[in-house]
Amino acid sequence: MAGGPSGVVLAELASRPGRDTAVATLIKLTFIGISLLFLMALLFAPLITVFAAALDKGLAMYFASFKDEDTLAAIRLTLITAVIVVPVNVIFGITAAWSIAKFEFKGKSFLITLIDLPIAVSPVISGLIYVLLFGAQGWFGAWLQERDISIVFAMPGIVLATMFVTFPYVARELIPLMQQLGNDEEEAAITLGAGGLMTFFHVTLPKVRWGLLYGVILCNARAMGEFGAVSVVSGHIRGLTTTMPLQVEILYNEYNFVGAFAVASLLTLLAVVTLIVKSLVEWRADYKKR
Amino acid sequence: MKSSFRQPSILPGFGLTLGFSTFFLCAIVLIPLAALVMKTATMGWQEFVKVLLDPRALASYRLSFGASMLAATLNSVFGFVIAWTLVRYEFPGRKFIDALIDMPFALPTAVSGIALTAVFAENGPIGQYLAPLGIKVAYTWIGIVVALTLIGLPFVVRSIQPALQEVQRDLEDAAETLGAGRFYIFRRIILPTVMPALLTGFTLAFARGVGEYGSVIFIAGNLPMKTEITPLLIVIQLEQFEYAKAAALGFVMLVMSFVMLMSINLLQAWGRRRIVAASR
Amino acid sequence: MMNTNRRGMAGTRYFAATLRVIALVMLALAGVSGCGSSSNTSGGDAKSVTLLNVSYDPTRELYRDVNERFSADWKAKTGQQVTIKQSHAGSGSQARAVIDGLQADVVTLALAYDVDSIQRTGKRLGANWQTRYPDNSAPYTSTIVFLVRKGNPKQIRDWSDLVKPGVAIVTPNPKTSGGARWNYLAAWGYELHRVLGPDWKKKLDDPAAADEVGRAQASAEKFVGELYARVPVLDSGARGATNTFVQREIGDVLLAWENEALLAIRAMEPGKVELIVPTISILAEPPVAVVDTVVDRRGTRQVAEGYLSYLYTPDGQEIAARHFFRPRNPEVLAQHRDQFQQLEEFGIDEVFGGWQRAYATHFADGALFDRLYAAVKR
Repeated sequence: MAGGPSGVVLAELASRPGRDTAVATLIKLTFIGISLLFLMALLFAPLITVFAAALDKGLAMYFASFKDEDTLAAIRLTLITAVIVVPVNVIFGITAAWSIAKFEFKGKSFLITLIDLPIAVSPVISGLIYVLLFGAQGWFGAWLQERDISIVFAMPGIVLATMFVTFPYVARELIPLMQQLGNDEEEAAITLGAGGLMTFFHVTLPKVRWGLLYGVILCNARAMGEFGAVSVVSGHIRGLTTTMPLQVEILYNEYNFVGAFAVASLLTLLAVVTLIVKSLVEWRADYKKR
Repeated sequence: MKSSFRQPSILPGFGLTLGFSTFFLCAIVLIPLAALVMKTATMGWQEFVKVLLDPRALASYRLSFGASMLAATLNSVFGFVIAWTLVRYEFPGRKFIDALIDMPFALPTAVSGIALTAVFAENGPIGQYLAPLGIKVAYTWIGIVVALTLIGLPFVVRSIQPALQEVQRDLEDAAETLGAGRFYIFRRIILPTVMPALLTGFTLAFARGVGEYGSVIFIAGNLPMKTEITPLLIVIQLEQFEYAKAAALGFVMLVMSFVMLMSINLLQAWGRRRIVAASR
Repeated sequence: MMNTNRRGMAGTRYFAATLRVIALVMLALAGVSGCGSSSNTSGGDAKSVTLLNVSYDPTRELYRDVNERFSADWKAKTGQQVTIKQSHAGSGSQARAVIDGLQADVVTLALAYDVDSIQRTGKRLGANWQTRYPDNSAPYTSTIVFLVRKGNPKQIRDWSDLVKPGVAIVTPNPKTSGGARWNYLAAWGYELHRVLGPDWKKKLDDPAAADEVGRAQASAEKFVGELYARVPVLDSGARGATNTFVQREIGDVLLAWENEALLAIRAMEPGKVELIVPTISILAEPPVAVVDTVVDRRGTRQVAEGYLSYLYTPDGQEIAARHFFRPRNPEVLAQHRDQFQQLEEFGIDEVFGGWQRAYATHFADGALFDRLYAAVKR
């Protein structure tokens, strides 16, 4: 009995009563078929386009794209932004999910809606609001200028805009999951004398770790891939305030298609990292269980 | 006072976590959005109404909200199928596909737009087979729906996946042993468990679609009254240095999205209470 | 119960450990890529200085060359090391960024209207900016030309051919793209010229010819309206339109800046498209200006002014010509005559009364472009 939860699922399937196995197989194949077809048209085809364009002139040209100083600076800026934004959003997500999912209080739906809001805000507006706040004509513009602090058209603006855009993700993954799981086990732990933090780390976290992982992955992916909002607050200074998505646009507009799609492909490689992390978590959990 | 605000619970940390998250919400989301509202308020009432009820603006609301609704619905159906496939079945390449689901997030929206346009244009790998059938995807509203479906897919799949993983298989097995049909199990056991997550996914995919700009402008054609989305109108206003008008359009979208999100969240809360009440 | 609890704890511990590993890897990556590019930042002492040139999209290649040559030139003359940072995006959004506080030492934009906006809204430079350098502060010019498919299957030779039956035109949206405004005005000017005849510029200023001019303007409105009725895709920017035309193979003709068209022919698959120069077109003057408030605060006025002046030197003019911008210097222009075909050009001031008026009449909210577009769609 090897493998992660999938192995468990398989074993479970095998041990089931043999009723309608033919129908079950048919349904399974249909489901897999529909999924693959849908993903093929919508997800794989564009992805293949990206990689085909990136490798159009051969591997050497592909790797040469990453020697460009501005591209490296863009990669660095994107990573730094993600390193700041993701942990902050994880902390927020967990606290928000705890208060919302574990307790019944008035105005809860309102609070959830407010947390959802950044997703609904057009990226253009997400950038614009920070310009309205910190731009030269904004609320704090004159104050900041006197002290020679730049927020928009510099890194702080990029971090803020990214934080706004990725704000809901962790919370939004955790809330429905924690609601669905209920409070029984936590209440039992508290009754048995466990502290709040201990209860969270030993009872709640293990149950929601998949949701949390998905939340982190989504938040991170979005933080690295955000284009619209960052574009408004970036100032587009090459090698200084361009993130990877902006660098893709720059290279594309220079008719450097190989370079543009090479950087884009690097972002898609995030998926591979995701894959490794998930396998690691599954494997570790499974290993310890035996 | 406090007890009327929330129902009693023995779990700790309510004040701390709620306080922290509310503070953070204010700092990152509400204060910046207040700037948007204030900017909108700098224009007169009549001008505000004129900007909002402009025929082009009205056409763009219809397009933006309609296309997002359609895309989110498509995503709910196919997203459920995909999540189910990924959680319940074992087949070669499953893990790889699972990892790829987040792609639309990591890929800069402009890249998604360019790549989708390349695929669905009349000389593209898929578009060339659709063109003889009279189906034009790129540069029409269908293209917008396609782009928004791609953008919203991870929301639905990633919302449903953890919920499906937590569905109690023994409950299904028990039902099956007791002679329940496949459809009955789906309707009475699986759907109720997954419903909150599915609704969340739908809501988020819809909300994201309404505001999406980067990928849509490449595939939309951007013809006024026909394929012009509201975020593009905002950009047009900004290009004319009309910050207030841009803010006004942004504000309207915000209010409409808020109302929709709020109603779905209320619906969900109501559904949850009903389930809790039924189980007692 | 015991079992699940222990399993959960272990899972959590490893989960947290994995997260820590990811964080470390990301930090390490950030550090590595940081080392690669730390050498390109420079300080602000007297020996070295940085400038920020905020420009529009099609000048990326031009200023990359200019910066390199100017840097060497300035170092030879003054011993000071100058590093020029570039920022490129749509002309209008760049102007907005400068108004909102982007610390540009110099701006080199697509149209005077955008620099005017910086002047009016942001008060970052003097009202006389356009007279500080020769030729309306535009060291190089361009014009609007056509790109057609190989062999010119639709036989498009001049503006009038654009509205022949069955011709689809690709041009960006004048509401979002500076370049597209030149396209629109070029078409408008062509029709005025066609109706009013050779001495059209005089008639436009002559109150006695008001009736005739009115008819010409009405005819131009109809012409431009018909033109935009044939546009299947309104891209938001010039490069987007070029990609739509060349790569997606949409439309029969692309209206483009001459420099963009020449670059596209060179940079993209050769032999797919051809350049057609109409008989008459607009003189597009992309202006340059020093942003006074920024250079005075940063103490970079001298080098910023030197930078813009360099564009007018024979060297600067030669670089402009090599990047397909028409140089002002007649000798340099003569050397590149085979590249820049001769045509009749008209200025925006003489035909449209300057950018402010042209903008208010044609592009503002509810102005002519919006109206004729609404009329076309009925």
